[in-house]
Amino acid sequence: MSIADHSTMRPRAPARRIGAFFDGPGGIVRARLALIVVAILALEVYARLFANPTFFPPLTEVARSLFDTVLADPQIRGAVADAIWQITIAYGLSIAVGLGLGLAVGWTSFGRRATFPIVLLLYAIPQVVLLPLFVLVFGLGAGSKIAFGFSHGVFPILVNVVAGMRNVNQLYVRGAQSMGANRIDLFRHVIFPHMVPSFFAGLRLGMTMTLLGVILAELYVSTQGIGYFTKVFAETMDPAPLYAIILLLAAIAITFNEIVRIAERRFTRWQA
Amino acid sequence: MAGKDGNTLGTRAIQIGFLVAVGLVWWALAANRMVTPLFLPHPEAVWRAFARLVSGGQFWSAVGVTLTSIVQAYGIAVVCGLAVGYLVSRSRYSTRLFEPLIAACFAVPITLFFPIFILVFGIGPASKVAYGAVYGFFPVALNTIAGFSGVGAHYVKAARSMGASRAQMFRHVLLPAAFPVVVTGLRISFFICFASVLGGEAISSASGVGNNIAHAAELMEPARMFAWIVFVIVTAIILNMVVSHVESRGREH
Repeated sequence: MSIADHSTMRPRAPARRIGAFFDGPGGIVRARLALIVVAILALEVYARLFANPTFFPPLTEVARSLFDTVLADPQIRGAVADAIWQITIAYGLSIAVGLGLGLAVGWTSFGRRATFPIVLLLYAIPQVVLLPLFVLVFGLGAGSKIAFGFSHGVFPILVNVVAGMRNVNQLYVRGAQSMGANRIDLFRHVIFPHMVPSFFAGLRLGMTMTLLGVILAELYVSTQGIGYFTKVFAETMDPAPLYAIILLLAAIAITFNEIVRIAERRFTRWQA
Repeated sequence: MAGKDGNTLGTRAIQIGFLVAVGLVWWALAANRMVTPLFLPHPEAVWRAFARLVSGGQFWSAVGVTLTSIVQAYGIAVVCGLAVGYLVSRSRYSTRLFEPLIAACFAVPITLFFPIFILVFGIGPASKVAYGAVYGFFPVALNTIAGFSGVGAHYVKAARSMGASRAQMFRHVLLPAAFPVVVTGLRISFFICFASVLGGEAISSASGVGNNIAHAAELMEPARMFAWIVFVIVTAIILNMVVSHVESRGREH
């Protein structure tokens, strides 16, 4: 910090309680970070002193095996890179189809009332029971993982696009039409701006679901990809690399979620 | 708002037409063998497989294992979620401290940690119960926090100024205000537990419905697999309809 931090230059009352450090808008963030640090330390101490090392390795061990075993192995690196690609493609497909179908379903009131219950019915299906069928049809490779991620990701996006379009005030639509707007103008200048909050809520949920779908399929297929390595590490009672690969994937999942949230903030800033 | 979302004769016709069309397309594709029976067995074959399943002893034992796991997982999720959620919502500070942390954990796909559940609890039902309970905990906790921390401060102040005791405050102010949000969390959590237990059984298990589906797929017995799949889907849709009916009835009161 090269610029003087004025808050620290102010003379402080000497008798302030320690708790004051965690008060105020910045304090809550400090408290949250402190809580995370305490939790990590507690896990480390618990793992070192009390836990069974075949089930619960210390986090320092996990961190070491992340670099020594997981990232050093080109096969594991390849499996993780494959998963990233699968998530990206499945999510891209989910957005394209979810937005397209959502517009088709939501464009007219009759269309929405007729077809939206069908969408909701399909959405209510616990898709995980179809996972063996997906693997049977699309094979053990990337196909089944992309397809399963897509089938999870598309519904939240589709549902939120339709919900967002429903909230568009019909007066604006008619106003724009009377001024000669065509369908593309209507979408670009009237409908899309109104459905942005709902659309991004769908994108956020869609990302969570795409991750879920791809990971479910990855774990189900235990002969290759990430599922193979988690199975091997679990069966050889080698928990540190198992935890490491899981935490690595969790970090990737958080990164994907954050990208969507940053995009959301960028596109919805004008509304605030 | 019947005008905006209600069904008319025309919309109902399209919905029923869709379901009939799905059935007919399935029938036509399977009967003409346009799709290999491995991926899409004939509906009659599925029906026969289902009849065999139900008459055999394994059906009800598999359903029993899965149902017990779901009930246990859901019970743990609800009790822990309500307790943690209510405690966190008690002060504004703890709400602002813990709520983002819990929400951040829920944004990570908990499925990733499933291999650890298997490592710790084995491939028996316990790992599925633990996995379902952890997954189902989050919506209950988050909605309980949202429900109780969303109670308007003026209601609380008004009740307090009228001399409400703690119990009265909870019974007449906090609970009615938080209830609809909490119930939504309970509903979401139930279907998450349902799907988690089935998914866990499909990935790694020795028993249960999910395991039977995966097993039928491995043995290339599509009719039996479809019988299980259709059974679960129909059960889930009926459950969904019952729950949303009860919920909307509850809202009217």
